[in-house]
Amino acid sequence: MSAITSRMVRKQSGRRRAGGRVGRGIVGVAVAVLAAQLLSVSGAISPTSLPPMFEVLGSTGHLFVDPSFLREVLATIQAAVTGLAIATAIAVPAGLVLGSFRLLNQAASAVVEFLRPIPSVALIPLAILLFGQGAQMKVSLVVYASVWPIFFNTIYGVRDVEPLAKETARIFRIPPLRVLTHVLLPSAAPFVATGIRVAAAIALIVTISAELLAGSADGLGAWILRMSSGGANLALVYAGTIFAGLLGLVVNWLLVRGEQRLFRWRREGVGAA
Amino acid sequence: MLTANHLSHTYGSGAGAHAALADIDFTVEQGELVSIVGPSGCGKTTLLRTLSGLMRPTGGSVTFHGDEIVEVPTGLAMVFQDYSRSLYPWLTVEDNVRFPLRRLHLPKEELRSRIDEALAAVGLTGHAAKYPGQLSGGMQQRVAIARALAYRPEILLMDEPFASIDAQTREDLEDLVLEVKQRFSMTIIFVTHDIDESVYLADRVVVLSKPPTRVVTILDVPLPGERDQISTKELPEFIRLRGEVARLIRHPRDAQEPVAAAAG
Repeated sequence: MSAITSRMVRKQSGRRRAGGRVGRGIVGVAVAVLAAQLLSVSGAISPTSLPPMFEVLGSTGHLFVDPSFLREVLATIQAAVTGLAIATAIAVPAGLVLGSFRLLNQAASAVVEFLRPIPSVALIPLAILLFGQGAQMKVSLVVYASVWPIFFNTIYGVRDVEPLAKETARIFRIPPLRVLTHVLLPSAAPFVATGIRVAAAIALIVTISAELLAGSADGLGAWILRMSSGGANLALVYAGTIFAGLLGLVVNWLLVRGEQRLFRWRREGVGAA
Repeated sequence: MLTANHLSHTYGSGAGAHAALADIDFTVEQGELVSIVGPSGCGKTTLLRTLSGLMRPTGGSVTFHGDEIVEVPTGLAMVFQDYSRSLYPWLTVEDNVRFPLRRLHLPKEELRSRIDEALAAVGLTGHAAKYPGQLSGGMQQRVAIARALAYRPEILLMDEPFASIDAQTREDLEDLVLEVKQRFSMTIIFVTHDIDESVYLADRVVVLSKPPTRVVTILDVPLPGERDQISTKELPEFIRLRGEVARLIRHPRDAQEPVAAAAG
């Protein structure tokens, strides 16, 4: 009983602490917005460089209900999600196999070490040549950029698998393929999920960068580029940028929540009974 | 049923070589519970790994029903000391028990009844949907035992299964092993460093020496089949046996056994 009570207390205080953190976060954002507003209104920074922050936030608010803007956002999200899905489908099996066979891993590592440092933005011209300026180009760049964190995290996850878990599988004569899918994969899954979360942020950045740099027909990056080339719509350029940041935050939050649900078994304290 | 023939194992080679097992010979008969006991660091784990087929010995052989073991044979299961690492934390208790059964392609009803029976046998019927992380150490080891039971091995190897479990729970689990052995007429090899445990559970006790490990002697345990944590341990025969095992572990050279003499 007392154990249960103390656990509840701990949980509540944890919640209160989290609540406090959110509260302080809101205060921090409010202070930053106010400071930006003051900088602009006071003339410390010319309004042609930094429009009044309240105006920017107003524009951001309007964007949420602007169907033509939301269509652009949808194009960006589609490209990022498609690329992320393809990257996952490539990186997870590759990581599982290379993580479990040392020799294979050593053979592959030379290729990997060459490919990995190439910044994805540097591949934009090549991607345009190969795939044009449309969605295919964006998706291919996203795949390239987001494959790495998922791939490496999967390898780390597989190497981290409890030896006794594998030995137990051997004792019960579990076939190798089933060990891969039912022991190594679930055991490495938390690592894989972290890789996907990191890759998701990269996917968004790369999609928007590609749209900006390649002059795509649609997407959030293309929209920001159009607003900035107009020149007059500085508040909207800021608003689009803020929107992109918020999008990243929401995606991250969704994935963290997803991980917490999926890996509930990890958080259960030992000795609860 | 299971025989170790001049089993030996050396780790490494040259100057850094470590002879863990020197010469191990014994046979376990059908339906027997043989406990293996020895001083700490006597290569008990190496022995179990070679007996189970997880590892090939560098010398000698292990036979199971007369066939040499080169990999883990069917009909063999093992309960590890480190239950928390041996169970799959992402599977519920029930799914952990179910996991090794998939390969056996059992009819649905039999699968169900095996799982239920195994969980009932270890007293975990109400905990099927929990995750191992939600259970105490003793309960986790019960899950590992249930997993082995549902698999219905002919022989069950247990590697110091209760070493990290508190004394009270440990006695319960020892009685559980005896009960399970009776009920499923299972052959069990039980490795332990606890002398009382080795005598209390066993039909025969294999006493090992320090590494390079040999069999010091094999003692029969002529205690009544029905054992009780309190009254069995009060029997003069039990007290004599535990004393003898303790002496053999401490001073193997004083033992009158020819095996020990050959070791010197």
